Amino acid sequence: MESGNPIIEITGLEKRFGPNTVLKGVDLSVSKGQVVCLIGPSGSGKSTLLRCINLLETPDAGTICFQGQDVTQMPPGPLHAKIGMVFQQFNLFGNLNALDNCVLGQMKVLKRSRSKSEEIAQKYLERVGMLPYRDARPDQLSGGQKQRVAIARALSMDPEVLMFDEPTSALDPEMVDEVLSVIKTLKDGGLTMLIVTHEMAFARDAADRIVFMDAGQLVEDGRPEALFTHPENPRTRAFLSRSLRGQGIGTP
Amino acid sequence: MPTTFFGWIHLLLEEYGSLFLQGAGTTMFIAVVGTTAGFAIGLLVAILRTIPLKPSTPHWQQRLVQGLKTVLSVYIEVFRGTPMIVQAMVVYYGALQYLRLDIPALSAAFLVVSVNTGAYMAEIVRGGILSVDKGQKEAATAVGLTHWQSMTSVILPQAVRSILPAVGNEFVVNIKDSSVLNVISVTEVYFMSKSAAGTYLKYFEVFFITAVIYFVLTFTTTRLLRLIEKKMSGKDSYTIYGSQSDPNAQIVFTREDR
Repeated sequence: MESGNPIIEITGLEKRFGPNTVLKGVDLSVSKGQVVCLIGPSGSGKSTLLRCINLLETPDAGTICFQGQDVTQMPPGPLHAKIGMVFQQFNLFGNLNALDNCVLGQMKVLKRSRSKSEEIAQKYLERVGMLPYRDARPDQLSGGQKQRVAIARALSMDPEVLMFDEPTSALDPEMVDEVLSVIKTLKDGGLTMLIVTHEMAFARDAADRIVFMDAGQLVEDGRPEALFTHPENPRTRAFLSRSLRGQGIGTP
Repeated sequence: MPTTFFGWIHLLLEEYGSLFLQGAGTTMFIAVVGTTAGFAIGLLVAILRTIPLKPSTPHWQQRLVQGLKTVLSVYIEVFRGTPMIVQAMVVYYGALQYLRLDIPALSAAFLVVSVNTGAYMAEIVRGGILSVDKGQKEAATAVGLTHWQSMTSVILPQAVRSILPAVGNEFVVNIKDSSVLNVISVTEVYFMSKSAAGTYLKYFEVFFITAVIYFVLTFTTTRLLRLIEKKMSGKDSYTIYGSQSDPNAQIVFTREDR
């Protein structure tokens, strides 16, 4: 699967919450420009994996390297901002309008001037189709609109890697597509992306690579066409037949 | 000499009106300074008390932060756990006897009220921070903001909005409770009233006037705070009426700002 230098290299990652071991020795390597979709049943550790990469959780064992550098040693700041994150619950800053949501980090972390930050923020708001709402506060936006602003906020920081933690799970069905189509356009820009999703059709179309996780382990890892049509592992097969039937895509 | 109640009121106002006004001015001055400084202390303490500790932070830093948090907890417990009247005596006479510092009574008053209010404010702000969704802090961290940056630009602005009624309460409490500072001869309105009452031994009439003055001060203040609250909060704001004194206290949800 690997092509070129890995931008993220995870080895032996373990994470426990009390008596629960959520990640049981995960090894994963992602190369630059790759779009990786993480699928698997709820509670399999997909989100925890992303949160460990972004240091929202502290791993109990193993290493996570970003461009060859151990992320647990990274202080908060510009380097940290290289790994962007889009959350299931959007988490737009409630006290700021759409534009300032995208401006804040640029000014505080990347030390850009206000005018430069606004220019970049507007560029990305335009790209996600939210420029007309630049002055709107988060509580005036719909879920899909909030998520698109959240994507613009993440992009404004010039991330090398962008991670999505179930970006459409909190959305009404009619808003799912507007967000997914935005994510697809980013793929064309060559951004490295790690996407946790339950949208199988999207994963099949957008991903270069699908990783199936179950019970804290990577079970299967492959190209979407291979993994969706000929899953090797029985756990993958069982999961796919369940979720593909549910989404009307047809069983492998 | 007047023979009726109103006769006495009239006489006392004529003779001591400026004294009452001066006292009321000092009372408001102490309340404003004490509440403002206390609020600032509360915000700062809240920022320091929420510094996240990760296993990866260096050992000495963890010890330092841990020690700081302990000191702050002690501060809060001590100042919430002792009466302000006692704190005033301890600070004023302690400074005089042991530090040979003859601080002016008014400065001692500012200090005591600020530090005392700060202890309460720290808890109020903590409550406000807890009311802000955890995702806000996570998003701020993910963008790369430091703890200080995320607190000052994301978390606290939202927390302050929800604790404004409680902060207003503290202000009102300070207007009334600054009366205890008469024990260190701060010339606030209660101290002035005592002097005025002593002359004719008309305690009821004088303190009737004092009560009216206090009520006017607190009532005006709560109305002003309500106005500010309305201005600050966006849609789905709520207003709390006369939270501790009004029997008709009620919570009203209003929709604005659409």
